[in-house]
Amino acid sequence: MDNRYDVELISVTKRYGSTLAVDAISLRIPRGTYCCLLGPSGCGKTTTLRMIAGHEAVSEGDILIHNENVSDLPPIKRGTAMMFQSYALFPHMSCLDNVAFSLKMRGVAKKERHVRAREYLALVHMADYADRLPAQLSGGQQQRIALARALINRPRVLLLDEPLSALDPFLRIKVREELKRLQRELGITFIHVTHSQDEAMALADLMVVMENGHIRQSAHPRDVFERPVSPFIARFIGSHNVLRLDHGSVAVRADRCWLGSAQEGPHVNGQVVAVEYQGAMVRVAVMTDAGDEVSALVPDQMFYRKPAEPGDLTTLVWSEQDTHALMEA
Amino acid sequence: MTPRISEKRPWTFYALATLFGLFLMFLYGPMFVIYVLSFQGPNGGVTFPMVGTSLVWFREVFEKGQMANLPVSFERSIALAAVVSVLTVVISVAAGLGFRRRFPGSGVLFYLAIASLVMPSLLVGFGIGLGFQFLGWQPSLFTSALGAQLTWTLPFGLFAMFAVVNRFNRSWEEAATDLGASAWQRLRHVTLPILAPGIIGVAMGAFTLSYDEYARTTLTIGPKNTLPLEIYALISSATSPTLFAIGTLTTGVSFLAIIVSLLVVLRLQRRRALAKVG
Repeated sequence: MDNRYDVELISVTKRYGSTLAVDAISLRIPRGTYCCLLGPSGCGKTTTLRMIAGHEAVSEGDILIHNENVSDLPPIKRGTAMMFQSYALFPHMSCLDNVAFSLKMRGVAKKERHVRAREYLALVHMADYADRLPAQLSGGQQQRIALARALINRPRVLLLDEPLSALDPFLRIKVREELKRLQRELGITFIHVTHSQDEAMALADLMVVMENGHIRQSAHPRDVFERPVSPFIARFIGSHNVLRLDHGSVAVRADRCWLGSAQEGPHVNGQVVAVEYQGAMVRVAVMTDAGDEVSALVPDQMFYRKPAEPGDLTTLVWSEQDTHALMEA
Repeated sequence: MTPRISEKRPWTFYALATLFGLFLMFLYGPMFVIYVLSFQGPNGGVTFPMVGTSLVWFREVFEKGQMANLPVSFERSIALAAVVSVLTVVISVAAGLGFRRRFPGSGVLFYLAIASLVMPSLLVGFGIGLGFQFLGWQPSLFTSALGAQLTWTLPFGLFAMFAVVNRFNRSWEEAATDLGASAWQRLRHVTLPILAPGIIGVAMGAFTLSYDEYARTTLTIGPKNTLPLEIYALISSATSPTLFAIGTLTTGVSFLAIIVSLLVVLRLQRRRALAKVG
């Protein structure tokens, strides 16, 4: 059977008593998508993930996986597998037994389940660590074991709850690449919860930005970055200046702004408050006369031709074509 | 010469070390005296000097006569302690897991359960004894005495299990569910094994608390004594090194219990270590 969507959320709502954690969100995730749920803490992204996983009951609405309504099914019957934030590896079992756990629960004989578990350990390059205990592994290694354990059931959808947050920055980028590679190779949908827009931009085919229990924008990261719909999105994904002009709010990418003079195009006047050298670029933070904090990301050559210092009066300029009107919110 | 930071220990170190030394002497001194005197020669008495050495007082423990009740009361104590230990573990593990979810009245329930720690032991025992008399029930080992001891061991068990369960990461259980474990499989393969060291601790604690309980048991035991009650009865009627021999023997039993549990823990650890090495 051909399904256009791996996961569909239809007006999914989650209430805790009188508080609304997720407010009637709808979302369609096409087949084999790397989907990132992005948002500040408390926006409902983890709750949404846990509802898809079946660890949290849906208050209203439906969740469909491969066209089947799974809203009332237990996790194992949904075809999902979850990787927990702290990995939740069983501390008293070897890596092999951790990976083989779900097969054991299904009554697969020891020999067979160990063979299968070794295959999945090999998939994540951890074959040599089969007999170690989780406590003897580094964070990155534990994560691979958790991944193998989640994948051994051949899930249709893999759910990842902040999978990179426990890793150091260098490892994070490496593991990020591996996650993307694995998703491509397996061809299944990954739903990845994160609060880091860098992570979402790097990974996602579909970036879902949430705030306050609502989906504010869902599109390819490039579309979100180039056409943020609201001041919140523009600010949250970063590298954007949100300016209040006469005809409403606009967003302008910081790297499309420069320090110049009023004749060159649309502009705001202000005072330099900080200068940050970032290598290829220099970020100049400016406090506008209207009291907005904005910044220009200027190529280093351009900046040093005419350097600025904190305290200087300046004019932030951009081109008309880079002005992106925002929905008022 | 400029004054330098001294490498000498401050005087407080010696003061506290002396205090600790005194504490150890106070704790182990009398016990040690008893162990030594239990090997008193046949003509010796309950005080120093030692008049030769012998095992005669140990032999007397197992002989018919005044000491006839000792072995059977020892058996009773062990049986009661075993039952108390099992019940304490079952109830406090279940309560520890249950109390993770705050339910209406959970606070009140908790304080009610541990209130018996602050009540005078004798009064608790007295109350239970009176209650049984009022209802016309015969107090006995596995009814009134068991109940009285549980009022003592359960609060300790609960405290210990709450501390153990607090460190238990809920996502282990969710992961097990996610991987298809039923509620029973989750308990059997994930929750209990991870809690095992704490559970063994609670079992040992409950066992030792029960084994030497006196105040609550004395008024609820009925006609058949446990070991501590029997020993106390002997102290008031007889004074011979036999009492010391009993003390040495019961200490031996305690050590045996500790060694056995340690071996169990070590075996668990070695199984895990073997899992590492392959």
